[in-house]
Amino acid sequence: MTSSIVLAEDFQAPGPSIFDFPPLYDGAPAWLTKPVIFAAVGAILVCAFAWSAFAKPQLVPRGMQNIGEKGYEFVRDQVARPFLGKDAERWMPLLLSLFFLILLWNLFGVVPLVQMPIASHIAFPAVFAATIYVIKIYLGIKHQGAGGYFKNMMFPPGLPKPIYFLLAPIELLSNLIIAPFTHAVRLFANMFAGHLILAFFSAVGFWFLFEKLTPMGAGLGVLGVVMTIAMTGFEMFIQFLQAFLFTLLAAMYIGGSLHSDH
Amino acid sequence: MSIAATTLLAAEGENPLIPHAYELVVGSFAFLVVFLVVGKILTPRIQKTLAERTEVIEGGIKKAEDLQAEAQQTLEQYRTQLAEARQEASRLREEAREQGAQIKAELREEAQAEARRLVEAAHAQIEADRQQAVAQLRAEIGRLSVELAGRIVGESLEDEARQRRTIDRFLEEIEARPEAVR
Repeated sequence: MTSSIVLAEDFQAPGPSIFDFPPLYDGAPAWLTKPVIFAAVGAILVCAFAWSAFAKPQLVPRGMQNIGEKGYEFVRDQVARPFLGKDAERWMPLLLSLFFLILLWNLFGVVPLVQMPIASHIAFPAVFAATIYVIKIYLGIKHQGAGGYFKNMMFPPGLPKPIYFLLAPIELLSNLIIAPFTHAVRLFANMFAGHLILAFFSAVGFWFLFEKLTPMGAGLGVLGVVMTIAMTGFEMFIQFLQAFLFTLLAAMYIGGSLHSDH
Repeated sequence: MSIAATTLLAAEGENPLIPHAYELVVGSFAFLVVFLVVGKILTPRIQKTLAERTEVIEGGIKKAEDLQAEAQQTLEQYRTQLAEARQEASRLREEAREQGAQIKAELREEAQAEARRLVEAAHAQIEADRQQAVAQLRAEIGRLSVELAGRIVGESLEDEARQRRTIDRFLEEIEARPEAVR
């Protein structure tokens, strides 16, 4: 036990500072950082992918169109239709853009050399969540009326009267303040934590196999490499799941504002 | 996130929960571009294609159904026609048989009538011949008998009446003998 402590003495576990990126080169403007560059690259790649798939769609799909259609049908059948019903087609442009962009940005977390989930910087999920939040409030007031929207939100029908004293403020807080916050933070935190875990295991592997190779530490290094590989697979699943979940919640919020049924 | 953790993070570097202003701008811009290109330009295209595909498939199914219905109808029509033709043929056969039977019966009747007529004519002829023969014979026999009697007796009978009576009596006698005439 003592020896392993000695071995690990110099080892520095990666912390939140791995998410801090300086400007790309000396004298570059402060905003020109790796996440900004790859956010832009991701947006361009999503456009390029969608263009190759959907620019000239054929009745009998080929190549990229097959892949694109799989994505479209996934979002339509798993996200849009369950929550929006007959309005699904109308909201597909927003939901599909959201899903494709978040998914690609997330997958950047496991792309070699890029290795940067864009959503691990909270500004990006915040933009999405804020957009959905504005749409949610706007649609709610438009379709249910200002009074009706807040009444439906705070006083869901069919409950005993005293409950409302407790429920109304909770619902208001939950819908107007907590929901958009958790919407953004759920995606951010998953990407942040996932990236930290990957960084940690790969740092363990690198440290104990390359920097300080010792007979005692080699096993730990191998474990670090194995865990890095395993967690990379797991992370890809989480990245997909969070993109799906974010889009799903967006559809749910929009659907909830379109139809008053609580 | 507790205050302690926040301060800890802040101490180590930037607070990850505080967004960078420039990232907000870049994120908004990226989202806008993707929404315009993917959402506004491309999604309607694939939606249109998917709708068209559904239409084509449904149209194909409908067409196949129509064709099948038509084929069924034609088959039904042919079957009806076949049944009608069979019925017609059977009716014609029946009619022909009836006509045949009728013709046969008519012919038979005609033949029988003809035969009867021939037989009757023959009978009449025979009777007439017989009558004629009887009359001729009667005259001949009378004359011969008288001549014979005259020769035998050597004299002609004076009394015409008596002569006739004698002849009649003789003839009756002859007629009484069956083998003489018949």
